[in-house]
Amino acid sequence: MIETIETNTVLNQTTRLAINPLESEAIYIFREVVAQFEKPVLLFSGGKDSITLVRLAQKAFYPGKIPFPLLHVDTGHNFPETIAFRDKLVKELGVELIVRYVQDSIDQGKVIEEKGKYASRNSLQTTTLLDALEEFKFDAAIGGARRDEEKARAKERIFSVRDDFGQWDEKNQRPELFDHLNGRISLGQNVRVFPISNWTELDVWSYIAKEKIEIPSIYFAHKRETFIRDGMIWSSAEVVYREEDEVVEERLVRFRTVGDMSCTAAVLSDATTLEKVVDEIRASTISERGARIDDKRSEAAMEKRKQQGYF
Amino acid sequence: MEVLKIATAGSVDDGKSTLIGRILYDTQSLTTDKLEAIEEKSKANGFDYLDFSLATDGLIAEREQGITIDVAHIYFSSKTKSYIVADTPGHIEYTRNMVTGASTSQASIILVDARKGVIEQTYRHFFINNLLRVKDIIVAVNKMDLVDFSASVYEEIKDDFQKMIAESDYKEQNITFIPVSALLGDNVVTPSENMPWYEGNTILDHLENLEAQDVYEQSQMRFPVQMVIRPKKTDFHDFRGYAGKIYGDDLEVGDEVTILPSLTNSRIKEIYFFDQKFDKAGRGSSCTITLEDDINISRGDMIVKNAERPHIGKQLEAKVCWMDTKELQAGTQYFLQSGSNRILAKIKEVSGVIHTDFSGEDVTAHSLKLNEVGKVNILMSRPLAYDSYTQNRISGSFILIDAHTNTTAGVGFIE
Repeated sequence: MIETIETNTVLNQTTRLAINPLESEAIYIFREVVAQFEKPVLLFSGGKDSITLVRLAQKAFYPGKIPFPLLHVDTGHNFPETIAFRDKLVKELGVELIVRYVQDSIDQGKVIEEKGKYASRNSLQTTTLLDALEEFKFDAAIGGARRDEEKARAKERIFSVRDDFGQWDEKNQRPELFDHLNGRISLGQNVRVFPISNWTELDVWSYIAKEKIEIPSIYFAHKRETFIRDGMIWSSAEVVYREEDEVVEERLVRFRTVGDMSCTAAVLSDATTLEKVVDEIRASTISERGARIDDKRSEAAMEKRKQQGYF
Repeated sequence: MEVLKIATAGSVDDGKSTLIGRILYDTQSLTTDKLEAIEEKSKANGFDYLDFSLATDGLIAEREQGITIDVAHIYFSSKTKSYIVADTPGHIEYTRNMVTGASTSQASIILVDARKGVIEQTYRHFFINNLLRVKDIIVAVNKMDLVDFSASVYEEIKDDFQKMIAESDYKEQNITFIPVSALLGDNVVTPSENMPWYEGNTILDHLENLEAQDVYEQSQMRFPVQMVIRPKKTDFHDFRGYAGKIYGDDLEVGDEVTILPSLTNSRIKEIYFFDQKFDKAGRGSSCTITLEDDINISRGDMIVKNAERPHIGKQLEAKVCWMDTKELQAGTQYFLQSGSNRILAKIKEVSGVIHTDFSGEDVTAHSLKLNEVGKVNILMSRPLAYDSYTQNRISGSFILIDAHTNTTAGVGFIE
């Protein structure tokens, strides 16, 4: 977890910069991306991890502006609070936002909407993402994935090379040594970059609290129309399929991770402030991905999605 | 809170993944859902105990074959520290992954199977930790439950290991022996009741007592320039900042510096971190600095203190660990990358392959195969500012990039 090793002390009128090793590492990675690639983009979901990335990018290039656009792949199943937050943030920062829609990929017949009780657009967004990378010729896509999230992600590199089809070749990854990051790629390849690879969920929350970073309201306890399925709390919404016997009730909940409404479960919580959220995470015995319905499909769900170009 | 980076080396047969799983379990770092998944899978595989290796072997192929193939990163924390574990495979064909894991680690756990003792693989693990100058080594003699928790078996293994230590050329290492049973949890987090004859710390207690340090140790200050920041905003019209990470030592406003390789001199004017200015910044900080003089500086240049110049030259000698299936041969070209500096380089000579069991070197070998370590002489197209690896880790190491496939083909430790 993040706490500064030394505080910014004033000793004999000398100010000394405090070191936060994880923050320092992330800033280093951001600078390597911009120096080594022609056209990077930051994949922005409106979740806490990508919001943290935006703050780190601001720090890395100050007093310059963030030198790349943000790309949001909109599944159409997003929480409305996330979209409102996204638009406000982009306006404040004055960065370019590109939005591409999964609905368009469905309309073009490139992907087929899943049906039934567990239908989600989560895996469909891969196609929309790959199309967007190709459309703009982005050669580096910066994402907020962390190695502690999931066991396939635990094997991920900081600079992760993908082929023409966006595929992750997990058995043949480039070794990464010291701080020597190799960003050389061949034509058609691109790289996924993960600056907060080494952060844990608690690190992210502690950082958000320390930096007083604004985050969407759904991360805090609020009243919501929900129903229970397979022991998890689902949001009741137009885009979420519900069986007749699944009873909707208002509950006091918050979200630990923000994906689509159709694949993200809520947790019962009364944490209304960042401090309370941090305390809750610290005491939690369930992993963050435990609330991701998409990961419950099979033991290797994430690895299989990643091989196909999922982020 | 401190962050301690550790590497583990050993094969699944040594119980490495079980050991890590045990640490996670005993420090309550495994969440309920992960634990349930392990219980379910262990039962399905017909085990009557919890198979903790399932917590770390993340790839389908790894679970199928029951071995660790790639480096996995595992995170847990205690009351005093955050731990990042680079869990690396132990088989000879994965030497490169071991080197990768150890390159960012301050401490290393080497596993020895109590029934087998010090074997060829142990030599290799220790050799790699030596090559990389990993400071703290924990030798975990595992599976003590299968040798009746015998003190004499443990002592014998310790003696064998000591003989190997005598062969190594790196003497500043701290080496600690601990008898454990990862399966039963003896001396991992809780002291063993089965081995009253052992009076030392458990593995976790030992790690808790280590002082967490950046792997880029205290040495001379090195500031490789990553990029030049020129905002061209009205309020920062003439701003010209050099972004980079500080290695080795503190950097202070007013410091007399030399810019390499041009050898021009200047002084540090400002140190920025985000929108604040500081008088001083320590090693490990990613900051942006400005200089008193207008000098032409670009990515790949290095800023050092006047009195602490590194070597500058177009030729160097290094120990190289080879990581590509295509052999390293004299006459071939690679990109040499050290920090932010990437230079076209030519392999002048491979002068020998070093045996990883401390038995010397084969001077008749003139190429390096995958997973071999050898002595290499390299010629560069431009001068590089460099140190020896024992002096400075960042400026004393480099990677070699295949110019055709772009893969990271090897890592070098400058002599």
